Amino acid sequence: MAGISLTPCGDFRESYRADTTIFPTRLSRAFAIAAVGLACLAPLTGDRYMLSLLIQSGYLGIAALGLNVLVGFTGQISIGHAAFFGVGAFSSAFLVEHGVPVFFAIPLAGIMTTAVGMVFGLPAARLKGLYLAIATLAAQFIIEDFFARARWFTGGVAGRVTEPFSVFGFRFDTNETYFYVVLAYVVLMFVSAANLMRTRDGRALIAVRDHYLSAEMMGINLTYYRTLSFGISSFYAGIGGALYAHYLLFVSVEAFNILFSIQFLAMIIIGGLGSVMGSLMGAVFMTMLPEIVQWLADGLAGSPIDRALGLGSAVSYLREMTIGAAIVLFLIFEPDGLARRWRLIKAYWKLYPFSH
Amino acid sequence: MNWELLFQLTLNGLIVGALYGVVAMSFVLIYKASQVVNFAQGEFLLVGAWACWWLLTTFQLPFIAGFLLTLVFMTLFGLILQVVVLRPLIGEPVISVIMVTIGLSIFFQALMKWLFGVFAQPFPPIFETNKVNIAGLEVQTVYLLSLAISLVIMGGFAWFFTVSKHGLAMRATAFDQQVAQSLGISVRQVFAMSWAISAVVSSVAGVVVGVVNGVSSALSFYGIKVFPAVILGGLDSVVGAVVGGLIIGVLENVAHFVDSEFLNWGNMFQIAPFYVLIIILMIKPYGLFGTKNIERV
Repeated sequence: MAGISLTPCGDFRESYRADTTIFPTRLSRAFAIAAVGLACLAPLTGDRYMLSLLIQSGYLGIAALGLNVLVGFTGQISIGHAAFFGVGAFSSAFLVEHGVPVFFAIPLAGIMTTAVGMVFGLPAARLKGLYLAIATLAAQFIIEDFFARARWFTGGVAGRVTEPFSVFGFRFDTNETYFYVVLAYVVLMFVSAANLMRTRDGRALIAVRDHYLSAEMMGINLTYYRTLSFGISSFYAGIGGALYAHYLLFVSVEAFNILFSIQFLAMIIIGGLGSVMGSLMGAVFMTMLPEIVQWLADGLAGSPIDRALGLGSAVSYLREMTIGAAIVLFLIFEPDGLARRWRLIKAYWKLYPFSH
Repeated sequence: MNWELLFQLTLNGLIVGALYGVVAMSFVLIYKASQVVNFAQGEFLLVGAWACWWLLTTFQLPFIAGFLLTLVFMTLFGLILQVVVLRPLIGEPVISVIMVTIGLSIFFQALMKWLFGVFAQPFPPIFETNKVNIAGLEVQTVYLLSLAISLVIMGGFAWFFTVSKHGLAMRATAFDQQVAQSLGISVRQVFAMSWAISAVVSSVAGVVVGVVNGVSSALSFYGIKVFPAVILGGLDSVVGAVVGGLIIGVLENVAHFVDSEFLNWGNMFQIAPFYVLIIILMIKPYGLFGTKNIERV
């Protein structure tokens, strides 16, 4: 994560204001707005399968962004993110069951998840990153066990059915309509995270990551900011989980296992630790990965390789192996993830043909 | 109150706890020598047990030969893992290293499921008599063997760290890498050696559990049960790891007993150690025997 704050050569920030903008140039702002506009047109293509993949990347991206605030920006680590994602999903479904409109249930689920996160985060957040990793590992198992046990909250092994998102009687219950709900949340959550990083609080988080002793000497309250970061991360996980619940309309108890938590870690590692947009890239990559593995396995079907390895029946294991291998390889060869690749590609075109 | 059941469960707890202690010790060994928190410890058990099972069933080797070959294989496995994956990460932030071991853990778990399937496979029988009677209690022979092996490993560790040259070099490295280097100890070798030893010792535990319960992907859960044990005992204490392992082993069985007799919540066997873990982190984060990390600027 050494190179995160490095800006490419030629990118001078001469005033304090220039240093704290969300978008470095006017063009990049225009591009970001155009990208959102283009995304708005996606439902018109009518490809429902692609839309469902986009929706998945959206809510997973929000949760991954939360984890990135914790891991990439604050240098703490959580191995229980899926459990908090699940708390968000069940909270929202639980609230809807008790008469809260879905529109309010989603943010409330975020707040409930934050509260649960505090229970596990508080004892560990004042310690080093390593201890938070172990505490969240415990949280993963305790919360998973709680899901299976608490019938009043989760519906037990049967799971819980919930309602689609609706505003003023209009139900967002198809892929085409729900896409806009997720898109709105993605824009909102990503802009707030980008904004957070411009404020004193955001820069304090980065200072804690880079050198916590120096940060403390500069008057940053370590316990406060580590806890804050864990709270933000749980909140994002909760929102992502709630969006997941109202997309699938059914939340099952078994979905939020440790493998799912590791997938979130993989997303931010692949996307880029400490990069806001990287979280989304990682989520898209991770959503596409099973498709790619499946596609490769289908492509090899019938060939000698397939017969030797029995690919057809092993696709789910291959997927897990790819996730594990992706984590290891990215951390060794490209610790800054896709976000850095993307910056290099941009710099290449910007400076072409005189790259130095 | 069913005293006999409680006694039997406590005994089981001690036997399983000794195995936890062995795995925890090899976890602490890596942590002390190379400051890596190894989330893939359980996969050492898994890979070792499957390798041994494969040698015994495919080639019909006698148990001792298969077991020794497994140990050789695991030495190489640990060495290669350290050299190929962990060595490039020396000097990286601690969370990167943690995440790499998590990646390794899920990679090997999936690989083993792919190669050997998801169902538990029994080892070929090793002993003629299955059970022996000790003080009125039925004890499986393999359990006795596992207790004996655990004790031997613990004794071996004690000898290794207090007498042998390599063990002393390892302790010196754990104490201060620069000083160790200036005394002519190759820190790289010590790192590689610690991973190899850890892999071998864990795989012994894996084979023992495999002989008792059959080999399955559930073995990798031992790697997770290690965390309550080492946090309880103190992350950097070998003695603490053994004590922590024993306590966690007894605790989960007693929790199971309390649960089945009085509470009927179900699943306390699996979850109780994690509640203990959270409580320990709250009141005594450096564990029973861990060194308190005092930081100075």
